[in-house]
Amino acid sequence: MNSLLPTIRDDFESRDPDFIRQFLPILWLLASFWYRAEVRGLEKIPAEGPVLLVGNHSGGNMTPDTAAFVLAFSAYFGAERPFYQLAHSLVLTMPGLWWLRAFGTVVASPENADKALRKGAALLVYPGGDYEVHRPTWESAKVDFDGRKGFLRVAHRDHVPLVPVVSIGGQETALFLSRGQRLAKGLRLDRLFRLKVLPISLALPWGLNIGDMLGHIPLPAKITIQVLDPIDLRARFGAKPDWSAAYRSIIGQMQRTLTQLQSERRLPIVG
Amino acid sequence: MRVAVHTEIAAPRQRVWDYIVDPDRHLEFMEGMTRWEVDGRKRTGVGARFAMRMRVGSVELGGLIEIVEFDPPCDMAWTSVTGVDHRGRWRLRPRNGDCADVELRVTYHAPGGILGSIADLVAWPIVRGHLQRSLAELKHRIETLPAVRSEAAAGKRRHHTQGVAKARRR
Repeated sequence: MNSLLPTIRDDFESRDPDFIRQFLPILWLLASFWYRAEVRGLEKIPAEGPVLLVGNHSGGNMTPDTAAFVLAFSAYFGAERPFYQLAHSLVLTMPGLWWLRAFGTVVASPENADKALRKGAALLVYPGGDYEVHRPTWESAKVDFDGRKGFLRVAHRDHVPLVPVVSIGGQETALFLSRGQRLAKGLRLDRLFRLKVLPISLALPWGLNIGDMLGHIPLPAKITIQVLDPIDLRARFGAKPDWSAAYRSIIGQMQRTLTQLQSERRLPIVG
Repeated sequence: MRVAVHTEIAAPRQRVWDYIVDPDRHLEFMEGMTRWEVDGRKRTGVGARFAMRMRVGSVELGGLIEIVEFDPPCDMAWTSVTGVDHRGRWRLRPRNGDCADVELRVTYHAPGGILGSIADLVAWPIVRGHLQRSLAELKHRIETLPAVRSEAAAGKRRHHTQGVAKARRR
């Protein structure tokens, strides 16, 4: 069966720095006072040139970690620095989310990743995608990319620094109960919409929230984001890496940071 | 939005001036400042540029600024080139013989219409707090630290910076 998702053109030219500047104050209010976001280590990101930013993903379809990081990156380096984000194609077909394109969000694919990096841009990817973002709340402090290693191949092929970005707090913005993988499979969502999950959560204002397609009102959980040192994959793992070993190494590093961030939190939501 | 803070420092105006125009010292006394780096060859005077960031709320705001007025030891003004749209001014005036009146002004404007204006308003006490504490720290450093010692420290710091620059070039 063919996917029901419409074909989306590669839309690198929709990014609009003026629009981003206009939008930043809204994100700043949201990040500073709703999420009390704290983004550490931005100075570790190379000041210019292509870079692959690899994050763990949290918060269901509202993705507060993305909002906080995009704000922090754009404020720190300026909206004029080319910066793209990869997202599930379903996200970009939602009628109310047209503005994501103006922020530089493009459909997640290896081709688009290569294209962005070869343009000299910074690129934010969440390899865990929909699988990780809907993990249960009690797995908040777990990095789970579901074994997806494509980001390593992209950084290695394009010879760009890989910068891990670790965040915590997003999974406390609702009570995420289950990814609903069996439900998604039973409804054949994987084939129809490339969706492996149909998440089940308790969230405002719906109460029981199945699918999270309309989003939800996120609880004001404190978001903390830590940027790690850049990694040169070729220098560390050689010209022909053992991808599994490289994956374990990067994930391990991110997991240690996430565990550290978790240990700093005294109370759920409050942080 | 406009923020202006003021203090009186018990030291000659020239000494205060020498302190604030030294780019190596900004991170020492500017509260909330996370970055202050010379951009280009010119370290001071009209046309000198600096990459600066100040933590305001959840993010580090700033960008590239350029000195547009430089009148020793009275006035130094800058304007933003990239990043958050703002202007600033150090204004030093003599007072009671060996004292200096020091005023630091910053005017900023966030885009985004009404929400931008709300953000401006909400940011005002944060920016004002940073600037007030910066002046208090400047006053403390100049009044309590001996001039000779601070100059020696500045020399040592310059030497260190040059060392780092050399190491980076290597």
